[in-house]
Amino acid sequence: MNPTPSQTVGPFYGYALPFPGGGDIALGGITVHGYVYDGAGAPVPDALLEFWQADEDGDLRGRPGSLRRDPVNGAVIGRNGVDFTGFGRVPTDADGHWVLRTVRPGNGYISVCVFARGLLHHLYTRIYLGQDAFLDSLPPQRRATLVAAEEREGVHRFDIHLQGEKETVFLDFG
Amino acid sequence: MSEPLNQADIDREIAELTGSGGGPSGHPARDYTPYRSTLLRHPKQPLVAIKDPEAAELNGPAFGVTDVTALDNDLTQQHLGEPLGERITVTGRVLDRDGHPVRGQLVEIWQANASGRYLHQRDDHPAPLDPNFTGVGRCLTDDDGRYRFTTIKPGAYPWRNHVNAWRPAHIHFSLFGTAFTQRLVTQMYFPGDPLFPYDPILQSVTDESARQRLVATYAHELSQPEWSLGYRWDIVLDGPAATWMEEGR
Repeated sequence: MNPTPSQTVGPFYGYALPFPGGGDIALGGITVHGYVYDGAGAPVPDALLEFWQADEDGDLRGRPGSLRRDPVNGAVIGRNGVDFTGFGRVPTDADGHWVLRTVRPGNGYISVCVFARGLLHHLYTRIYLGQDAFLDSLPPQRRATLVAAEEREGVHRFDIHLQGEKETVFLDFG
Repeated sequence: MSEPLNQADIDREIAELTGSGGGPSGHPARDYTPYRSTLLRHPKQPLVAIKDPEAAELNGPAFGVTDVTALDNDLTQQHLGEPLGERITVTGRVLDRDGHPVRGQLVEIWQANASGRYLHQRDDHPAPLDPNFTGVGRCLTDDDGRYRFTTIKPGAYPWRNHVNAWRPAHIHFSLFGTAFTQRLVTQMYFPGDPLFPYDPILQSVTDESARQRLVATYAHELSQPEWSLGYRWDIVLDGPAATWMEEGR
């Protein structure tokens, strides 16, 4: 069947899609953070990033409960801290900055889906936390855009450049 | 100083790109110039193909009954009073590329109120907010892949892409499949809107039949006497999924 075309997330998703604790997939593990930049090197303050990952054992069967809600008043009450949902969602702040707290995925990378005003169709990329055969298949300069840099123990930096000299490698799954 | 960009300039650019093929499968090309915000926000390098059958993206996040409440799909019941505007129901099915229903997955919507105003600080144009309307809803698809929302018809609103730019009325939709590769964020439009030809966001889908897939159908059998008007809109998710996930979700 012919797919429904994509349209931009626009500037006004902020009261609909982000949720409290969206960037806290799991606590007590690692922190991954970074900035989103446009082709002029300016931070993008209205991007929305989604993350999907395996748990520490490489299990990709995500569990429900990322958006767990209070049946009394409908408020988001957060993950239950037991089930690993594997899903995170973080809007960039006014500085274009985002922060994710999670555990190191067993398969070595965190999948990222990027939405933004001005982006008519989302983009996929990956945050690699170590070596991987797929990285080896890329030219060195481009490869570096997919690897998070460890700033200090447990804190990893990953910037996303939508365009320009440091343009991030974006992925196509066909 | 350059002249301000007007509708005639945008119309000309849209006409040049109409039927240009756009992106794959009818999706918009990310470098669609008439929508000016794309200029610095699209990659110029080609995407890198991933053919790995073990790719994490062939699976995806799951949602369940704890992630929604029963009232979340009725945007007219979120405040003490009733919102102003034309009450509508919007329903349809979420399918994958093979036509199979996408079951038990999260559908999220957001929209402007009947006056065309979003409950967002960055929307400051002089149209009234409605104290009885937020404009956010969510639900899970049922076993047929069906979703259903009760809301009010959103208004058109101005934006600053060019002088006198107006968006046709639309509802934003966010959809998940069984695989992260199937993720879709899009907009549903209402049939017969006179603003269609002027809007560079809708026209970024340069193929006419693909563009029609973004327009809901008025469905009289879904209208309820003395209550609401009905619209039907089916959604087909693009992207591959892991085959082993087909059972059990």
